[in-house]
Amino acid sequence: MPLPRSAVVVGGNRTPFAKAGGAYAAASNLDLLTAALDGLVARFGLAGRELDEVAAGAVLKHTRDFNLTREAVLSSALAPTTPAVDLQQACGTGLEAVVYIANKIALGQAEVGIGGGVDSASDAPIAVSEGLRRALLAANRAKTLPRRLQALAGIRPSHLAPVAPQVVEPRTGLSMGEHQARTGAAWGISRAAQDELAAASHHNLAAAWSSGFFDDLVTPYLGVARDTILRPDTSVEKLAALKPVFGDTMTAGNSTALTDGAAAVLLAEQGWAEANGLPALARVVDAQVAAVDHPGGDDLLLAPAHAVARLLARQGMALGDFELYELHEAFASTVLATLKAWESAEFCSTRLGLSTPLGPIDTDRLNITGSSLATGHPFAATGARIVATAAKLLHERGGGARGLVSVCAAGGQGVVAILEAV
Amino acid sequence: MPGLIERAFYSRGGQAVAGRLGLPEPPVLRRGRVLPGEPVVRASLAGSMLAADTLGLLGVVATSPLLDDGAELPTYPERIGAVVVDACGLREIGQLEGLRAVLRPAVRALAGSGRVVLLADAEVEGVEANAVRQALDGINRTVGKELRRGATANLVYVRPGTAAADLASTFSFLLEGRSAFVDGQSWTVGPAPAPLSAAPAAVRGSDSAPLAGRIVVVTGAARGIGAQIATVAARDGATVVGVDMPAAGEALAALANRLHGTALQLDITAADAGERIAAHVATRYGADARIHGIVHNAGITRDKLLANTDAQRWAQVLEVNLAAELRINPVLLDGRPGGLAEGGRIVGIASTSGIAGNRGQANYAASKAGVVGLVGAEAPELAGRGITVNAVAPGFIETDMTAKIPFVQREVFRRTNSLGQGGQPVDVAETIGYFLDPASAGVSGQVVRVCGQNLVGQ
Repeated sequence: MPLPRSAVVVGGNRTPFAKAGGAYAAASNLDLLTAALDGLVARFGLAGRELDEVAAGAVLKHTRDFNLTREAVLSSALAPTTPAVDLQQACGTGLEAVVYIANKIALGQAEVGIGGGVDSASDAPIAVSEGLRRALLAANRAKTLPRRLQALAGIRPSHLAPVAPQVVEPRTGLSMGEHQARTGAAWGISRAAQDELAAASHHNLAAAWSSGFFDDLVTPYLGVARDTILRPDTSVEKLAALKPVFGDTMTAGNSTALTDGAAAVLLAEQGWAEANGLPALARVVDAQVAAVDHPGGDDLLLAPAHAVARLLARQGMALGDFELYELHEAFASTVLATLKAWESAEFCSTRLGLSTPLGPIDTDRLNITGSSLATGHPFAATGARIVATAAKLLHERGGGARGLVSVCAAGGQGVVAILEAV
Repeated sequence: MPGLIERAFYSRGGQAVAGRLGLPEPPVLRRGRVLPGEPVVRASLAGSMLAADTLGLLGVVATSPLLDDGAELPTYPERIGAVVVDACGLREIGQLEGLRAVLRPAVRALAGSGRVVLLADAEVEGVEANAVRQALDGINRTVGKELRRGATANLVYVRPGTAAADLASTFSFLLEGRSAFVDGQSWTVGPAPAPLSAAPAAVRGSDSAPLAGRIVVVTGAARGIGAQIATVAARDGATVVGVDMPAAGEALAALANRLHGTALQLDITAADAGERIAAHVATRYGADARIHGIVHNAGITRDKLLANTDAQRWAQVLEVNLAAELRINPVLLDGRPGGLAEGGRIVGIASTSGIAGNRGQANYAASKAGVVGLVGAEAPELAGRGITVNAVAPGFIETDMTAKIPFVQREVFRRTNSLGQGGQPVDVAETIGYFLDPASAGVSGQVVRVCGQNLVGQ
């Protein structure tokens, strides 16, 4: 179905991504998101301008940040009359926020907006134990001092240990890495293939930095000017020396590291962008979310394989119709399993209901400026990072060039989208 | 963090001692778009009405001078804010007496941050006339050194055909606080190029927002003098495009947002830097948008005695401070979308180090003297397009960079000029604002020192 109006990516901005506990250890989600917004505002001269809406979110979120995005807008150089919304779809948040704004633009509910995301693994909320929480709430309800003391007397030493957030699936009790280890084993993903993909991610990202590709995509923050997880001199040999942390093949080198960072994408109706003297890099063609039954045994991070099938069917496109593929590297194994799934006649037939497999893709078109293994993965920021990068790359290739963006997410979900160069 | 000597020097006791030693607390200079609060006196030595017409255009009411004409020395009843002496038409040594007769009572009555402005012919014929022309320069430089309390003296030479409208921006600059740290200087103003002289915009020497609706690009804008240049350009109405190294992007973004401009993260030594500046302007402000002015402020130092300077230190400085500008200008001048407008402005940053030389700065002096050479060569080339090319040559300016100089050495640098203090980044920025002013169409090929009449160099 053709959209009523075209939402285009005008450009993007992100902070450099930094390893958790590093340069941004003292920065909050609010600080990081504000920095990403301010860099975007500066790049496109939006200071003091009222936008129709800013959508963003975080996965690791403090309760005080119930209005995180709106507060970031108020801290930023945007007009304080710019409304904002918090969205959250685990690691799909950034892409989902872009889709949300693009949809509003396509429907005529907005002319210009920002989609983005932020996460700080360093500044993650730490909860108190359930016992302590109940005791404190009871004390708060108590009307007299003796009753309050009585409530507090219920606290046991074991209640005082803080509860840090974990990347664990509540339904299965398995960490994301443990889930992916099962998927990788089931799909026969080799250690060597994972290390090759990881090395390529670092080398591609390093080359992009060296060429100045990120000059208009990243604004330094707190003295950090480049992604700190990036290891330009890594190699398959070095990666092969690392010990597995999940299953037999997944290491710290071919899994994403905990990361702090924020990213934002400026979107506008195509005519509006032109009338306001702003560039249009790529059109947001369509998007799709999907979920799998991971408690029932499905591969936790392969939901994008399903989403892509539905998206292609709706658009009447084939998997080979893209100049670029941006597949979020949660783990090298996730990307490789996804590619295998698309090539598998059995998977495409039994799981996607297709008579022929979606087929292989040209891996020379995959994550050509690096992806999450090298940049790091501040959960909610990743989608916006990828959209801005893909839009710029597609624009360089000329009008009509198409890109496929895919992000897997906790809870067995996946968000995918198609961009087309303007 | 000031050291022990610095803190002692600026303590109350330290200042008392400093005053006795001839190092009094320096005067606070009048700055900004502020005319002298006291009366302005005007004299014409040989019947020229150019200064009178120019002041009239600026709405400055001037009074007649008192003359030291042989009888008792006359005394002004109150302080005067400025004395403007029109010496156009002066050809004979004997006529210089007229200047002495005006200046003697005037300099005695000059208020703090007062102004002596001399106006003379740039092109004269004959040996004596040329001697007189040069004699005025000597007088100007000497008066600059004798004036107290932050008052300055400057000399403007005018080429034949210069009208009051051509001179208005220069007079406005010199009389106002914008020229606070420009002292003992002389430069030349000419008639604006024909297609531009009739434009009403050119007769706006005292406009408070002369750059309204115009795009000004400032390189090295993230901090220091560059940030101040951008800030003053924005105050004057410009839409500012701030350019700086990608690594300086955080400060650059904050500046761009504060000024409601845009930030362009770019290494100006990149081969395609000019193309990227133009593309930024064309994609942010529309394909019809053009740059009104570019200020090539980005610069670095890699100081070493020449005996210790290797090829890398040599090349880096010349590349950033000079070669980049030489590469960028032709790209912006080739008529492309987002390039420099006809009637536009190119401003470079020279340095007193380039003019006078400075120990340990052979590479820097080369680059900054090179800027002076560039201005001299490019200005006549672009005159036909109404594009002016000028440079400022800052002396000792109080910046984060100069704050790192050891205190005693820094204090010596501060004191060795006629105003007894370092300049502020805004002083450099205001002088650049004067060049950027559309009304300064007749000011091209000039290098104006912003040095408080530093003792070194010409």
